[in-house]
Amino acid sequence: MWLKFEQRTEPSPLMSYLSPAIAVGLMLVSGMALFYVLGRNPFAGFKIFFLNPVKDWYGVSELLLKATPLMLCAVGLSVGFRANVWNIGAEGQFLMGALAAGGVALHFPDSTSPFLLPGMVLAGALGGMAWAAIPAWLRTRFNANEILTSLMLVYVAQLVVSWLVHGPWKDPEGFNFPQTQMFQAKALLPVLVEGNRVNVALFIGMGALLIAWVFMNRSFLGFQMKVAGQAENAGRYAGFSSKRTIWLGMLAGGALAGIAGMSEVAGPVGQITEHISPGYGFAAMIVAFVGRLTPIGIFFSSLLLALLYVGGEQVQQHMQLPSAISNVFQGMLLFFLLASDVFINFRLRRLARRQ
Amino acid sequence: MNAATTPTPRLAIKGMRKVYPAVIANDGVDLTVMPGEIHAVVGENGAGKSTLMKAIYGVIRPDEGEIRWEGEHVNITSPGQARELGIGMVFQHFSLFETLTVAQNVALALPGKFDLAGLSRRIIEVSERYGLPIDPRRLVHALSVGERQRVEIIRCLLQNPRLLILDEPTSVLTPQAVRKLFETLRKLASEGCSILYISHKLDEIQELCHTATILRAGKVTGTCSPAQETPKTLARMMIGEDLPVIHHGEPAEGGEVRLRIDGLTQATGDPFGVNLRDIHLEVRSGEIVGIAGVSGNGQQELLKAISGEETLHDRRAVQMCGVPVGRLNPARRRSLGMCFVPEERLGRGAVPRLSLTENILLTAYRKGMLVSGMIRFGAARRFAEECIRRFDVKCGGPGSEAKSLSGGNLQKFIVGREIMQDPKLLVLAQPTWGVDVGAASFIRRSLLDLRNAGTAVLVISEELDELFEICDRLVVIAKGTLSPTKVTSETGVEEIGIWMSGMWPDSVVAGDTTHVA
Repeated sequence: MWLKFEQRTEPSPLMSYLSPAIAVGLMLVSGMALFYVLGRNPFAGFKIFFLNPVKDWYGVSELLLKATPLMLCAVGLSVGFRANVWNIGAEGQFLMGALAAGGVALHFPDSTSPFLLPGMVLAGALGGMAWAAIPAWLRTRFNANEILTSLMLVYVAQLVVSWLVHGPWKDPEGFNFPQTQMFQAKALLPVLVEGNRVNVALFIGMGALLIAWVFMNRSFLGFQMKVAGQAENAGRYAGFSSKRTIWLGMLAGGALAGIAGMSEVAGPVGQITEHISPGYGFAAMIVAFVGRLTPIGIFFSSLLLALLYVGGEQVQQHMQLPSAISNVFQGMLLFFLLASDVFINFRLRRLARRQ
Repeated sequence: MNAATTPTPRLAIKGMRKVYPAVIANDGVDLTVMPGEIHAVVGENGAGKSTLMKAIYGVIRPDEGEIRWEGEHVNITSPGQARELGIGMVFQHFSLFETLTVAQNVALALPGKFDLAGLSRRIIEVSERYGLPIDPRRLVHALSVGERQRVEIIRCLLQNPRLLILDEPTSVLTPQAVRKLFETLRKLASEGCSILYISHKLDEIQELCHTATILRAGKVTGTCSPAQETPKTLARMMIGEDLPVIHHGEPAEGGEVRLRIDGLTQATGDPFGVNLRDIHLEVRSGEIVGIAGVSGNGQQELLKAISGEETLHDRRAVQMCGVPVGRLNPARRRSLGMCFVPEERLGRGAVPRLSLTENILLTAYRKGMLVSGMIRFGAARRFAEECIRRFDVKCGGPGSEAKSLSGGNLQKFIVGREIMQDPKLLVLAQPTWGVDVGAASFIRRSLLDLRNAGTAVLVISEELDELFEICDRLVVIAKGTLSPTKVTSETGVEEIGIWMSGMWPDSVVAGDTTHVA
């Protein structure tokens, strides 16, 4: 039997929104099959993975806590992705933002200034932007592919973090653990409800979504980036600067990833360690695509990916499955999404027997 | 052909009907083509010519009607089958792979094994014989529209077809090359090949075709022998009324210089591009200047240098309204009053997946559509509605995606968008390419109105008729250099045609041009 992909004349706009739902469905089915193959009851697995985490308010607050950095990173990335600026290095920008913000916190251990936290947010944004500026400059100056440079800078950032916490920033009273001092109370983001860990960074994330929506849909700059993403020649014809598009796309991603990094070290972690991020910067790319690069979509998809993180922890505890299970689910989700997206533009056709 | 016995028609179509959701494209169309006959199919855009040809070529299936091929009832289900029968088609919208070379593209359409070296020789042979020069090693994406069409024609000729369908084949050829092509077509016809010739150029049809079938709104409105008709009677059959005559008044004297190109020399970055050499040109307020030339002689490079899509080292090489703009980007040049209609509509002049309203924003945003960086969609939509109304753009409304429009309607939209910005300098490439006669005449009239209102207009076109109709002065581009300018009334098609091969007096390129057609 011969099969071939055939371009659809009219891609359905409805399917482009249904595609993430189909991908989630396929991920659930395959996930349950995976539980079965691993010798676990798939329905119990489903319950522990997807329902346990949200069975009480504490669970919901944990979900929101994890969704916040994902939301921040993803919305920044989507600004660039829509303009074909492929910043793959949000993880590195996240770490540099965390370092910059943490550096401010550690430099003013006794400060009681109300500007300390805003200063840390600003430092986080600048740290992420500085890291994102490197691939942007390499791209605009030397036409170096930003996918490669931004990705490679992730590993550089991880080594910088590692060096700081093993060396100059190591807590002298920390029993030689590779971590800094705990931040002082004024350098921690206030929690929203006493007893939970979700903090005001959630509002920063929601604000970022709102601003991004206005930028993408109402501002002329956002319009120019949309044109650059869809028809480069039309952008050049109209005189929209492609360099500005690259800079804006990279810096938006860097700034928000940096703020996300700040929200982690000044939030649930409270210090800088070697493991500040469980791969938020990478997972954010899945969030951005599942959310169709729209702020509203990203809000929901960040909750979904957060659920995969929390659910993964739950099955580790209750079903003795390895921690990699979260990543497997993330991978399946992205795989099914990309596969479903193919069918938006193409149909599979059985060829008649060759004559 | 023996008159005593009735010969079998090569192709006979009876009662062809094709209905699309919104429109009846063909409604009981009959068409008979004899062996060795050159048969014109004439009609405006949307008259149903393309649908009819696509049905013959197996691209679409008709709802009703029968096709007889040499007396046999056939059911043509694919272009491959049509080619096997001996039908070749040169499309108006090109079906070439951009990333492949000319030879590779031709090889894909031919049955049998690939022999690129042998094929390249045959391509060169055919291209020289028919006056369609092309290098088989070139990549298609680097070819201009005119050159792409040559590839299409050559590709068909290589298959020795018994029925050749040509869709507007001459619009990109020099008059001399048109004559050569006509010789080729007559030769093919005398060898027994039938030719279906789709065109809106009535003089060509009169010169070339034995028979003409005229379509209007999906129906046959007449069959005639073009030699016995006048362009006027043909036009009336085609559009149902007389064509408006364009009145071309005297150009304004001594208008200010809006565009000055002063010694522009630019090496191209494209391996197949054309280097521009020492170009001088002035376009004044209140005049239309036309640049004639066979495509691929530097038009694209010159347009990019003028529009700002390609910036220059020498800031004084291009000046607009007295300001040196060589290093300014297109947006900065636009704010000096330049507007520009590019050759490619989808993907350059318009963004395919965006609405017409958003495509208005692409260049017309200065017309009160921005408030401190935020878009006023209401203003853009009103502008789009006005453009659709004034330029009679057939579409679903300002919310329609650009790619849903037909080529001619999108062209009207883009030309309208640029004209409605009241430019001081308007630059157009192929302003009426693929636009039906009625709309083309409207676009030309709009350009004349604009000129009379004091705009400086520069038109780059491969259609000489058009240039002679609207331009006050003409200049020819060949091999990246410009000829001296001529006042239109003091020159003729013959002279400009010769100049198009680079052979004007004191020309530095005469002799070494490969584009002599």
